[in-house]
Parts: sequence; structure tokens; C-alpha cells
Amino acid sequence: MFPALSVICFTLLSGAGYGLLILLCLDNAFDIGLALEGMRRNILAIVSLLLITIGLLCSTLHLANPKNAWRAFFRFRTSWLSREGVFAVLLYPFALFWLFMVWSNGVMPASGVEKLLAVVTFFLAVATLFSTGMIYACLKTIRQWNNALTPANYLLLGLMLGASIVLVGIDGGQGSTSAEKLVLGLTAIAALTKITYFYWIGKPAGPTINSALGFTRATVRLLDVGHGSGNFLTDEFGFELARTRLLWLRLVCIVCAFLLPILLLVSFDRSIFVNIAAMIFAFFGVFVERWLFFAEARHVVNLYHGAQRT
Amino acid sequence: MKLGLVIDLDTCVGCHACAVACKQWNSSGMSGPLTDYKPYGDEPAGVWFNRIRHYEVDEYPNSKTINAPMSCMHCEDAACVTVCPTGASYKREEDGIVLIDQDKCMGCNYCAWACPYGARELDRESGTMKKCTLCVDRIYDDNLPESERQPACVLTCPSNARFYGDFDDPDSVVSQKVRERGGYSMMPEAGYQPTNKYLPPRQKPLVEQHAEKAASTEKPLSQIQRWIAQQLTRQA
Ligand code: SF4
Ligand code: SF4
Ligand code: SF4
Repeated sequence: MFPALSVICFTLLSGAGYGLLILLCLDNAFDIGLALEGMRRNILAIVSLLLITIGLLCSTLHLANPKNAWRAFFRFRTSWLSREGVFAVLLYPFALFWLFMVWSNGVMPASGVEKLLAVVTFFLAVATLFSTGMIYACLKTIRQWNNALTPANYLLLGLMLGASIVLVGIDGGQGSTSAEKLVLGLTAIAALTKITYFYWIGKPAGPTINSALGFTRATVRLLDVGHGSGNFLTDEFGFELARTRLLWLRLVCIVCAFLLPILLLVSFDRSIFVNIAAMIFAFFGVFVERWLFFAEARHVVNLYHGAQRT
Repeated sequence: MKLGLVIDLDTCVGCHACAVACKQWNSSGMSGPLTDYKPYGDEPAGVWFNRIRHYEVDEYPNSKTINAPMSCMHCEDAACVTVCPTGASYKREEDGIVLIDQDKCMGCNYCAWACPYGARELDRESGTMKKCTLCVDRIYDDNLPESERQPACVLTCPSNARFYGDFDDPDSVVSQKVRERGGYSMMPEAGYQPTNKYLPPRQKPLVEQHAEKAASTEKPLSQIQRWIAQQLTRQA
């Protein structure tokens, strides 16, 4: 699949934003020990909404005919893309109202309404992030996406990035150890899931050129693809990268997204610079991960263009 | 009704006439135009509803060239329709034709991702998704003589490799062809239950190798004798 920058930025930024919002709401409603108070929390909440909004705006750049984008809210019953849009829009009033309550409440302990709003926002953020993953996971045409690890990755990486922002938001030295533990824990789980995913998609499966054309008892090879220059299908689905390049990028992804942040946080004393460095590496690593997510996905239509398997 | 096409891989000669006829008819049809980008440039490209690809099946000397025209299969379980967030893609209850409402499509490409058969192509000019309409604006046109109420690709095929009809009617030409010739679906494991069916190439006998081998071990002189004898009998 062609790795479109608009979609990569959308899933990266919105993912981080939803992850951050989920953690903030959890902390507000159930006090998971982030030790975030007053202004710091408010600023982080605003950051999360900004990230979400920028991401969603990026996603509209992917549309060839954005003037009809408002229609995307009407197929909630069958389409994950529609569901994602509905959850994303539904989240705003609750999140803003929650932010208003938190803001006006200051350092006072959270009120009941505030907690209720936090819980609703939490569920909507989880639902949106899950739907983003399901947009890809529900496609039977792309085996690299069509599995349960896809939404799991989207959720975990979003949470991981969110946690790394929280850690920066808490001033280095005074920050809570639980925030650091959260980052470490989430990074470790996300890394495990992603590595499992890389193994998972390495296993050959799915249709072959033989079943695609119905000649299952003999070899089949493409003689002529029938079009002289590229077309929509080759532009969108024909993207291919050398195997060694892919492996290198996987390494970059694992090192930057997971290994370096963990190493930094474990081996240095807590300071704002370490936290910022860990966050930047995590974002860069997940950017590469998202790029790979598309670059490694092989749509079955490639079989008709001569690929022996996907 | 379950309208669709049957394509005979035995007789298709891969001439692309159906693709051209399709483009010609549909350019002014409900999903038209089928935009061409840089049609007179170095790399002309554009939107087509029907594409023909060419394959070689099996190894020499038993190999056979297969020409495989592919357009929308009007699938019974059409995920392209269910994933569409705007409702622009729909499958008609009455005849099973899958269509795209050009006024509703937002050009998100999602349906094209969901289609295993590469049947959907984005028109970059209009920003909307386009695909085979089963020539819905021909097959129901009362102004056309009855015999011409068929898709443009079917009418034009010079080797009679395309058939159109109702798969729900057991006596229709498509149902008969599928029954008699063992018509099959492409990539059935994708689970889309495509309506269009393909007729496999007829079995031809394996190439007789013994005669040729025998000939090549003959002495050169007797080869010439045999050739002369052949020429003489042909004259006679
Ligand atoms: S062939 Fe593709 S576009 Fe046509 S109905 Fe099936 S899935 Fe949809
Ligand atoms: S490109 Fe158009 S028809 Fe296809 S899913 Fe998007 S809105 Fe629906
Ligand atoms: S049925 Fe009509 S639209 Fe579909 S491939 Fe044939 S000519 Fe084109």
C-alpha cells in the first residue's frame, strides 16, 4: 500500500492525542497516580485536543472530494470509517465540557460530574482509537492488516505516546515515579505486540496468483499486465520496497520507538531533557512504524499484477 | 434478479475490444467521464472499468495463454459497499448491481481498498470513485432494440467470449454456460461471492511429443524422403 503522508500523520498525531486524553481522564476519574495537578493537567488536556484536531484535519487531506466529507457520518451501522468519524465528533463536546469543569475546579478534588465526564470522554477516546485500528483490520483484502493485532497496536502505541507526553508534562525532577513506570510498562507491552505482529505477518497465508485466477493445478505467471503506464491500482496498491530496506526500517522502528526510550529512562536520572528525548524518539519510531504499516501491507490485487502471493 | 457477466477464458483472445467499448459507452454514462490523464503525453493513464491482463498457465510445452478481462463482479457479499462511510456505494436490491452515487462520494478510496478484484478506480479529476455499472443505462433503456439491451462490452466482443444475463434464472444463457462449462469464481476464498463467473479453458490434449522425437532420430535422408512423400500426397 502506498504510505500516504496524510494518513500517517493522522494516525500518529490523533493516536497520541487520544492516548494522552485517555490517560488524563483515567487519572482524573480514578487517580492512577500521575500526580498531575491544576495548570499542568489543563495544558496537557489542551495539547491532547490539539493533537487530535490536527490529526483529524490531516486525515481530510486524504480525501479527493472533501466537500462530501459530512456524509461520512451516516453509515455508522456498517462502516468502521464512519464509526470513527462519529466517535471523534461525539468526543468533542464531552471533552470540552470536561476540560471546562477541570479548569474551573482548579486544584480542588474532582467533583462527581467531572468524574462522570472524564469516564464518558475516556470511553469515547478508546472507541475512536479502536475504530481507527478496525478501519484497517476489517479489510479481508490485506492480510497484514486483517488481524487482531492491528487495533491492539493502534491502542497501545497511542497510549504509549500519550504517556511519553505526560512524562514531559510533569516537570522532570519532581515528577511521579508512577508516570515513569507507566511509560516503561506501556512501551514494553507495545514493543511486545509490535514484534509479535512482525512475526505474524511473516507467515505466508492467503490467496495466491493461482487461486486468484482459478488455476490451482499449474503454475501461473503474468505475461502482460495490459496497461502501458501506471494507473490508480498500481499507484495505490503497487508500492514495494526491497526486503533489506524493510528489515532496516523495522530495526529503526523498534530501536527508536521502544528500545531508546526505555534505555534513556532507565539509565539516566530523571530530568526534563531525558523525558523530552524519550518522547521525541518514541514519536519518530512510531512514525516509522506507521510508514511501515502501509509499506508492508500487500493488497491481493497485486496477484493480478503478477505477484505470486501477498 | 442477479444480473452479471460470464466470461469465457477459452475463447477470449485478449483483444481489449470490450475495454474500449466500455470506455466509449460509459464516458457519457452515469459515471462518466472516464478521465484520461495526459492522453497524448509520454505516459497516458486513465480510468477504466474493465481491464484485461494476460497470463501463462503451466509450463512449456503444455502452457496456455489466458487472457483475463476483469470488471466489477457485482459481489453478493460486497464489502466495498459495507465499508463506504458516506453511503455513496450501494448494491441494488432488485438486480444486485453495485453502483456508486457520484454526488455522495468523498473520494476516500476505502472501498477500493476493500475490493479484491481491483474493480474500483478513483477519478482524480472529479475526486470520486468509479467502476463498472453493468451498463445499467443500456440494459434498461427501452429506446434500444431488445437485442441491444446488453452491456457494451458483451455486444462488442468479437470472439463471443462475454455473456450477460440473470443468474437467478436457471434457463438464462449465463446460468446454462456456468452449468455446462463448469463456470467458477475468481478468488472465492476472499468470501465476496462474486456474481460474475469465468469459464475455464477447454482441455486440449497434451502435446504429442513421441512423433516429433521419432522424427528427430530419423536419418537426414529418410527425413527428406518423408518430406517429398508428404508434398506429393498434398498435390494429389
Ligand atoms: S468486484 Fe469489487 S467493487 Fe465490485 S462488488 Fe465486488 S468488491 Fe465491490
Ligand atoms: S471513495 Fe466514495 S464510494 Fe468509496 S468508500 Fe469513499 S465515499 Fe464511499
Ligand atoms: S458491463 Fe458495461 S460498465 Fe461493466 S465492463 Fe462491461 S461495458 Fe464496462
